[in-house]
Amino acid sequence: MLTPKGRGSLSEVVFEAMRGAAPSWRRALHTLPDTDEDLQITLWALYEMHYRGFEDVDEALEWQPELIELRRSLETTFEQDLRERIPHASPDGEFAEAFFGFVADHDGPSLATFVHREADHEQTLELLRMRSIYHLKESDPSAWLVPRLPDATKAALMELQFDEYGCGDVNRLHARMFARGMDDCGLRPEYGAYIDDVPLEVLEENNAMSLFGLNRRLRGAALGHLAAFEVTSSLPSRRMAQGLGRLGLAPSMIDYYAEHVEADAVHEQLAVRTICGSLLAEEPAQRDEIFFGAATCLDLEDRFARRMLQTWAA
Amino acid sequence: MTSPDEAGRQERPEQPDVILCADGPMLVRGDHVVQDADGGLHRTTRPISAICRCGKSGVPPWCDATHKVIPRRSA
Ligand code: FES
Repeated sequence: MLTPKGRGSLSEVVFEAMRGAAPSWRRALHTLPDTDEDLQITLWALYEMHYRGFEDVDEALEWQPELIELRRSLETTFEQDLRERIPHASPDGEFAEAFFGFVADHDGPSLATFVHREADHEQTLELLRMRSIYHLKESDPSAWLVPRLPDATKAALMELQFDEYGCGDVNRLHARMFARGMDDCGLRPEYGAYIDDVPLEVLEENNAMSLFGLNRRLRGAALGHLAAFEVTSSLPSRRMAQGLGRLGLAPSMIDYYAEHVEADAVHEQLAVRTICGSLLAEEPAQRDEIFFGAATCLDLEDRFARRMLQTWAA
Repeated sequence: MTSPDEAGRQERPEQPDVILCADGPMLVRGDHVVQDADGGLHRTTRPISAICRCGKSGVPPWCDATHKVIPRRSA
């Protein structure tokens, strides 16, 4: 993957510096983002340096102090925004029941329901392109957490991750299944291929996962996000599979969603009970952070869904 | 059939093979062949599987989270 297109002054200066032979870090550090989108695409690229990186950027820059400094500054702004968007009180009561109840009570627009009943072929392909930014690195942000957790939580998370990563079979790796589906739908299966096409809301969804995964102090939020993601996956995945079937899309893409119906019916229980549950047993103070992460996951998906539904209604 | 009885588990009391989820499925770890209500046999395909207990799953004997959209039984 090459560096994305800049979306404003900051991203243009930073990406140019990242690609350059004699970069001007000072300029990169002293440029302000023009817009949220400018900030988010910059942050996305800085995070990407810790995943697979870019063909046009020297991989030694992963720990370039100025880029880390810039990342810290952008993610602080982003985290403050996320916290301001979320109600502070988290629900009382036995954790698993409170958590499932919290997610069930959340009433947001559903893209899966739209795909199930109404979306046309083009709209569905557009959604798959948007989703590809995450699904082609599915579970990678949660992998950052492993060494940062108490033993019981680490073991529980790995039980889930092992399944996500195909139980040793690369063909069952979820990201690989999605790539095959993209290819069979006539879309580009390469990692990050559609980054220039995605709106602000997709960048925010992806950046929130990296923010939570790459900061140990946010481990509770990361696991809460993971749990909310899993709890809102199984039923929507069935709707997606049925919608893709209705439109006659590639069987391999239908398989990807069908796999998530069953897999995530297991994963939601693990994420809530064994993963978040074991973290809370050792670190009860993480409860509010778990709910912060969960609420963020739901809120960012609402924003993305509203954006797409508005675009398609226009 | 493994029993969730705690008694035989002194060695690893913290690690059950079977987990009953309130208002949800039964999780089973490891390789099992599950017989459904009609006598059909189904082998588990993942390290941990969720077996439907609500009777409403679209992919029996596995759970597909349908239990979340049916009225809850009282606790
Ligand atoms: S217990 Fe989950 S669908 Fe029946």
